[in-house]
Amino acid sequence: MAHAHDKDIERLEEIANDIRQSIIRMLLAAGSGHSAGPLGMADLFAALYFHILHHNPKKPFWEERDRFILSNGHICPVRYAAMAHAGYFPKKELLTLRTFGTRLQGHPEREKLPGVETTSGPLGAGLAQAAGLAYAARLDGKKWRTYCLTSDGEQEAGLHWEAALFAGKYRLANLTAFVDRNNIQIDGMTEDIMPIEPLRAKWEAFNWHVIDCDGNSMQAIIDAVHEAKAIFEKPTVVLLHNVPGRGVSFMEGKFEWHGIPPNAEQAAIALRELRTLGGRIRAEHE
Amino acid sequence: MGLNSKAYLAADLLAKTILKKPTRDGYGDGVVEAGKRDPNIVVCCADLTESTRSLAFKKAFPERFVQFGVSEQSLAAIAAGMALAGKVPFISSYAMFSPGRNWEMIRTNIALNNVNVKIVGAHSGVSVGPDGATHQAVEDMAITRVIPRMTVVAPCDVHESKKATIAAAAFVGPVYLRFTREKTPVFTTAKTPFKIGRAEVFRFGKHVTIVACGPLVHNALLAAAQLAKKGIDCEVIDNHTVKPMDAKTIIASAKKTRRVVTVEEHQVQGGMGSRVAEILAASLPVPMEFVGMQDCFGESGNPDELIEHFGMGVSAIMKAVQKVMKRT
Repeated sequence: MAHAHDKDIERLEEIANDIRQSIIRMLLAAGSGHSAGPLGMADLFAALYFHILHHNPKKPFWEERDRFILSNGHICPVRYAAMAHAGYFPKKELLTLRTFGTRLQGHPEREKLPGVETTSGPLGAGLAQAAGLAYAARLDGKKWRTYCLTSDGEQEAGLHWEAALFAGKYRLANLTAFVDRNNIQIDGMTEDIMPIEPLRAKWEAFNWHVIDCDGNSMQAIIDAVHEAKAIFEKPTVVLLHNVPGRGVSFMEGKFEWHGIPPNAEQAAIALRELRTLGGRIRAEHE
Repeated sequence: MGLNSKAYLAADLLAKTILKKPTRDGYGDGVVEAGKRDPNIVVCCADLTESTRSLAFKKAFPERFVQFGVSEQSLAAIAAGMALAGKVPFISSYAMFSPGRNWEMIRTNIALNNVNVKIVGAHSGVSVGPDGATHQAVEDMAITRVIPRMTVVAPCDVHESKKATIAAAAFVGPVYLRFTREKTPVFTTAKTPFKIGRAEVFRFGKHVTIVACGPLVHNALLAAAQLAKKGIDCEVIDNHTVKPMDAKTIIASAKKTRRVVTVEEHQVQGGMGSRVAEILAASLPVPMEFVGMQDCFGESGNPDELIEHFGMGVSAIMKAVQKVMKRT
């Protein structure tokens, strides 16, 4: 990953917008699935698949690739969209999401789709698997890095903190975790359901390097990952403060959009907003 | 009829003075041997290094031993991650906590994910003794055998435990290995055949088939010896692989005897005997009796008295055989 110039940032932002549009189309076709999380994380996924990860979409099992573990598997539409845009599989396959016989399972399965590093969905288990990968890589002297995205709701899970304790003890500097800090979970706002703040202090207490970051700023995401790679004595967690449903006005910040898809009318409005960047530019297909 | 000479059982099989060792010792020896053969083997333990016998591996290969502390959930999930990177982790704890506490990680992160992790459950059964019911896993085979892709092995003595550990290391896929704390008779030998998925007939007989697993196989052989004096000739099968079970050997024996007793230090619901019943119900329904824990929890006591109290001793097996003989 090289340093990003302004034109790279612009390109990545355009890709994030394309990914958001794909997400809306996928969820409409599937008729079920999660809207808010995937839209909020589109910037991270554009950054990962088009700038940060050392990977080859044509060789998903390439041994030296960086590993990216998606712990909150329910936001997989964003991963599938990013993978398709990166060239792992044809974009038209995105519309098979959640249907019988699809490789794009409702929660991602390693055995179904090459490039999905682990089966995930049951919350709290991703960081542990990422820590296992990072530990094994260091044992073998491998240079590849492990990245892991977790939701903020997962910060309520015991297993997640067992893994944080482990990575802290073993100083897994080749591991970078992201927290999708969008403040919502299925039943409501995280701080009402089960408060997780002060989150920075918790991670620091577990012996992690902590970076607070605007999770909807491409430049901030890339800068945070650069910083993480420069920390050699401990693992790093990037707290991605972001707006769930980002880019679609009626979804932004609404926990009600955690686990449901848009209907046809809502999808049309959402796509129009994304194409026009919220009305700031004219759409191509008026 | 009588003992299978090709099983190469110990000469002092029926003697009261027979040597006793805990099956977990066989795991300790076996995992060191496996570690010599395969540099990708790592041993992960959750604060029970000495009592699970993972200590032997830690001494032999300190760089490949990973201490987890009291964290059984991450023990399974982090090991799954290590396996994704090509390692062959053996994860050790007490059976009550692994696969007990961390069942969902074993089901999803290991089995559904299809990664090569070996789950080592020490201290299974009521023979854990004085520690009491909290530490006596008598449900572990039920919860592991129900998981797709999982192989479940409950060895009968220290020799078989060593062989099972080495075989599990070479086998690609998730395996649950069930061990016990207490010293139990060493009644097989280094020459006794062992293959995952193949039951061994230890004693030939024509009246009743006793299908057993774990150290209680020895009790089954003692019961068979006493019953022989009463004119009842029992076939005894060491059914160490609870999943995938050797249906062929069991059906062949049941065809001959038409009566089956199962023996396990585990709940009769969902355990080894239940699987035998599933197999026979589908192809050769015969009268069956089930020796094991009868839907109850254990308690503190010494191992022998607990085995007797919960109806898994030699006399209980003899009674079950006599009962099944009376059924048509």
